[in-house]
Amino acid sequence: MTDIYQDSPEQLGEKQYTISILTEDKPGLLNTVTIVFTRRKLNIDMINVSASEVAGVSRYTIVLTTTKDQVEKVVKQIRKHVDVLGAFVYEEDAIHYQEIALYKVPTEIFMDSVEVEQIVRANNARILVIERDYTVIEKTGHKEETSALFNTLKKYGVLEFVRSGRIAVSKSKRKTEAYLEELENSTTHSLYNNNGTVK
Amino acid sequence: MGQMETLKESSTGITKKKMRISGSEAVILSLLEEGVDTVFGYPGGAIMPIYDALYGYKEQLNHYLVRHEQGAAHAAQGYARVTGKVGVCFATSGPGATNLMTGIADAQIDSTPIVCITGQVVAHLLGTDAFQESDILGISMPITKWNFQVTKAEEIPAAIARAFYIAKTGRPGPVLIDITKNAQSAELDFEYTPCKKIRSYHPYPVIQDKDIMDAAKVINNAKKPFLLSGHGVLISGAEKAVLALSEKANIPVASTLLGLSSFPPDHPNYVGYLGMHGNYAPNVLTNECDVLIAIGMRFDDRVTGDVNQYAKKAKVVHIEIDPAEIDKIIKTEVAINADANQALECLLPYINKADHSEWINEFRKLDKIEYDKVIKNDLYPTSDKIKMGEVVRLISEISKGEAIVVTDVGQHQMIANRYYKYKKPNHIVTSGGLGTMGFALPAAMGAQIGKMKEKVISIAGDGGFQMTLQELGTIFQYNIPVKIVVLNNNFLGMVRQWQQLFFKKRYSFTEMTNPDFIKIADGYGIVANRVEQREDLEKALQTMYDHDGPYFLEVKVEMEENVFPMVPSGDSVSNIRLE
Ligand SMILES: Cc1ncc(C[n+]2csc(CCOP(=O)(O)OP(=O)(O)O)c2C)c(N)n1
Repeated sequence: MTDIYQDSPEQLGEKQYTISILTEDKPGLLNTVTIVFTRRKLNIDMINVSASEVAGVSRYTIVLTTTKDQVEKVVKQIRKHVDVLGAFVYEEDAIHYQEIALYKVPTEIFMDSVEVEQIVRANNARILVIERDYTVIEKTGHKEETSALFNTLKKYGVLEFVRSGRIAVSKSKRKTEAYLEELENSTTHSLYNNNGTVK
Repeated sequence: MGQMETLKESSTGITKKKMRISGSEAVILSLLEEGVDTVFGYPGGAIMPIYDALYGYKEQLNHYLVRHEQGAAHAAQGYARVTGKVGVCFATSGPGATNLMTGIADAQIDSTPIVCITGQVVAHLLGTDAFQESDILGISMPITKWNFQVTKAEEIPAAIARAFYIAKTGRPGPVLIDITKNAQSAELDFEYTPCKKIRSYHPYPVIQDKDIMDAAKVINNAKKPFLLSGHGVLISGAEKAVLALSEKANIPVASTLLGLSSFPPDHPNYVGYLGMHGNYAPNVLTNECDVLIAIGMRFDDRVTGDVNQYAKKAKVVHIEIDPAEIDKIIKTEVAINADANQALECLLPYINKADHSEWINEFRKLDKIEYDKVIKNDLYPTSDKIKMGEVVRLISEISKGEAIVVTDVGQHQMIANRYYKYKKPNHIVTSGGLGTMGFALPAAMGAQIGKMKEKVISIAGDGGFQMTLQELGTIFQYNIPVKIVVLNNNFLGMVRQWQQLFFKKRYSFTEMTNPDFIKIADGYGIVANRVEQREDLEKALQTMYDHDGPYFLEVKVEMEENVFPMVPSGDSVSNIRLE
């Protein structure tokens, strides 16, 4: 039988894109944003939603592997929603991005040798808390880096591992507040270039 | 009239100063402030306070009690489509609201402005699986332009103001406001301010000069330009501008199904309608034109057929208000993201006069083939049984194209849209994008209520009619003078046609044993007649047309008639079949 959750093999021409969205902070908006993906059977790789630096405005960072054509259409559909203030798509080289991972391990693994401590140092990770039973290690980095640390720690017994969605800032000098102000005064959609970035 | 102007008229000043009233009364007053005088609805527990408030405003707000909430949504659509105003409907929570969904989905895909107000369980019961609680926001989210749940009375005026603004501006669409029962009962200080702006919503993109210049250049250099006129032309009131463009540069014009009546059908530049069952010439010659000017349309797959074999020789100029439609299906050479009428007004001065009569003649040559092979026999058949085409021809002749024709979905729909010779814009209403069987009767009812001075004719098949025939009750109760035609072939005709052509005539569950429709109409107190013979047809239609009040006419038509031309699903428009 076909595994219906397996990615289709013809992933040719697909790439990882980061979509950055500003919306009014209202209930239900996460749903309105994500159904755009559901309807097209697109799987979101990572999603992060939180308050932006502007009061009442949320920022979504969504990472998606798809074709350029598809991601551009998706972004246009997201922009179409009444409460969406802006949606932009970036290729990897147009953003600075980061993720964070937390690793909960038994405290005793630090007791017997210095190995684990050395691993933590070597990976530029840090100890967040030490409790009698467990210790939480924190590491920021891209997925490959946080995964690498996980793989190294696995043999010592990781009790819990969690990784955040990506957060990203664009390489442009634009200020979010200025963008919103422009939006406030404008009567057009022409703030966007054809490629989804801001003019 | 353009959408921009409708914005100005909002506040009627009904409520000048602040008043302490219930949320329910605020709903009614807000509607009155928006100039609403007609509502289609159905009561139930969670919306009872609103119905109670409505009772006190019976003079100002005409409420029509439909027989099923789907009928309310379609009636609101029919009303909106012919008046250009926002259609309004009410339903209760749970099943009442879920029954609206088909109409909402239809309004969304066919860009129809409606505002649906649904009752909801009291706020503290939300999410508890309370009696008649469904997640209506969640369900309607993908099929509304905007939706919102009101849980406090104070939110009502602003929510309704926003709803109307969003429904009617830009590319119109359905809006749903879900109001919890506690918000209906609680009091507020009522004050109404129409919504004029939402910072995250920019319905009227500003035209870029460069786009206009680029478009003009492409059009002026065209040898074989071809203009496609869509629903957006009707919505923006750009019929005159399209006509002017077509006449100035001598460009042949075809319309989409929803764009029918945006261009005069007897004009020498009009070459018919596009798509699966559209005319022969415009489909075939789409692949010959060198410039395709698409206005207010979205390249539905029923228009394009296989996109990889669509308009391959053409540079595409797309004038469209919804930026998400641009480059969605067909890549453009030039896109003007704007209201159709505004864009055309800017564009016209830069368009050169031209003569494309030879090119237009190519359409005429193919028209002749279609006439000989299809149309003649559809309109003037010699078969024993009556054919749908002749019924529509007679309706056209008797009404002189002055009537508003509302169709259902199926063979009769394609035939009615092919052969009805409308004289005025917005005089043919159909469910295009969703293809909703059951649309015609309630939509015709809504259209009639919106245009009491005009004749409205509903044309449905025996299948679709039975999906919403309970609205005969509404028509009877309010004596709505709709003329109801059922073209009865005892089949789900369109599906049967596909079974014949593509499934080896295996007629899997498409034959219908029908009730005595005359008795049904009679039971509802509606004058009814049945015709089976050609010689009785004209007189029967004339009698129906002249009848003062609702009238039901069943026409027994040929059982296994097929609609041609036809572009087989997924095929190229050039492979359109004539038989
Ligand atoms: C609600 C709904 N269900 C099913 C269909 C699929 N469908 C399209 S046309 C058609 C047959 C319509 O039959 P009828 O109403 O008798 O009209 P005819 O084609 O015979 O003119 C069907 C079943 C539909 N469009 N809408």
